[in-house]
Amino acid sequence: MHENARERIAKFIGARDSAEVVFVRGTTEAVNLVAYAWGLHNLNRGDEVLLSLMEHHSNIVPWEIVSQLRGFKVKYAKVNSDGTLNYRDLEGQITNKTKMVSLSHVSNVSGVINDVRRIAKAAHDHGALMLSDGAQSVPHIPVNVQDLDVDFLAFSGHKMLGPTGIGVLYGKKNLLEKMPPFQGGGEMIREVSFEYATDQCSITWNDPPWKFEAGTPDISGSIALGEAVKYLEKIGMQEVYDHEAMLTRKAVRMLEEHSKVKIYGPSDLSSKCGIMPFSVDELSSHDVALFLDNYGITIRSGFHCAQPLHQVFKLQSSARASFYIYNTAEEIDRFSEVLAEIEKL
Amino acid sequence: MATIEDYVARVEGTCGAEKDVIVIFKYDKKDEAIKRILAKAQVKNSISGIIFELGFKDFSFRLYSSGKAIFRSIKNKEELNSMLAELLL
Repeated sequence: MHENARERIAKFIGARDSAEVVFVRGTTEAVNLVAYAWGLHNLNRGDEVLLSLMEHHSNIVPWEIVSQLRGFKVKYAKVNSDGTLNYRDLEGQITNKTKMVSLSHVSNVSGVINDVRRIAKAAHDHGALMLSDGAQSVPHIPVNVQDLDVDFLAFSGHKMLGPTGIGVLYGKKNLLEKMPPFQGGGEMIREVSFEYATDQCSITWNDPPWKFEAGTPDISGSIALGEAVKYLEKIGMQEVYDHEAMLTRKAVRMLEEHSKVKIYGPSDLSSKCGIMPFSVDELSSHDVALFLDNYGITIRSGFHCAQPLHQVFKLQSSARASFYIYNTAEEIDRFSEVLAEIEKL
Repeated sequence: MATIEDYVARVEGTCGAEKDVIVIFKYDKKDEAIKRILAKAQVKNSISGIIFELGFKDFSFRLYSSGKAIFRSIKNKEELNSMLAELLL
């Protein structure tokens, strides 16, 4: 069942081979796996890794840590004031020194969908690899790794109706084969033999994906994620996106009628997912979240683990409403009614 | 003798530049905690009797009938505990 789940997930993201699907704890571990297993052995002083200012901390911190160990430079592409990626700046920063471009497919703060295929091509044209953080794209829009031509894709189960503690790193097979293991233990080895003549252990690694799955796997998690994928496939990812787009259009239209509410992100809603950051005049995002919570409406407040993007928006924090397949148009009406109450504060 | 731990389930620092503090009252004690706080603090504003903008000494904070309160400009844990003790005990 564990391996069946792997095959189902591989098909879901358009991977050529189920061996390209590595089970991890989530997006964070997936990025760490690449930063350590690939980065530690392939990046040196003089090399560059290019990120953007819209990244989640999980796609910043691992690269900064490994940079301190290896001496390469981490660079950041600019983000426009509406939260969209500054493609000119990003493409201008990709040079022959660039060895990896690691970028969100969808911003977890603004919902902006980045043109990953375009960026992957620009990276490949300069001999760099492309990692896409798919934590906010795989659950919400159709994603095909062959179509995007990314070298790595990271995503989490808990954002797509699966449980916490399970996620996936997709990696092109030829890259995974060349990479050394991330962690050591059982399952990830083919053989550990002791040579009495030399008094040493001889170890050979297993093939990918097991080479990267040391120890007893989270079998219940992988099976549950496989079932979540089955459920999403039954609905259809285009239908998932269309439903969220309908809710987002309605929410933006209604929120624009509130004089004290400001919405962040691009005005072109066709280039974003169902994530809507906003603020209410004279109230902290935490006040807004607690107020909505009192009415049974759950949003997130704070930096959303993306502090650099809040610096771009010049915000101390933001309130973020997000929509998924279980939300309804009636809930948007209720959301708007409660925001009208908040404005009385 | 009652302590603030009898009323408070946990205290969370907020994520963001504001450094607000959210106090979550124990579910079975929240109504009593709200009653005690409203008896001591000055009500500056109220919405439908379920959300209160309050003042106490030099501090302002909001109290929600869900059993949560958000305090602003708290210097440290000692200052928060001192204020909670005055409000709750």
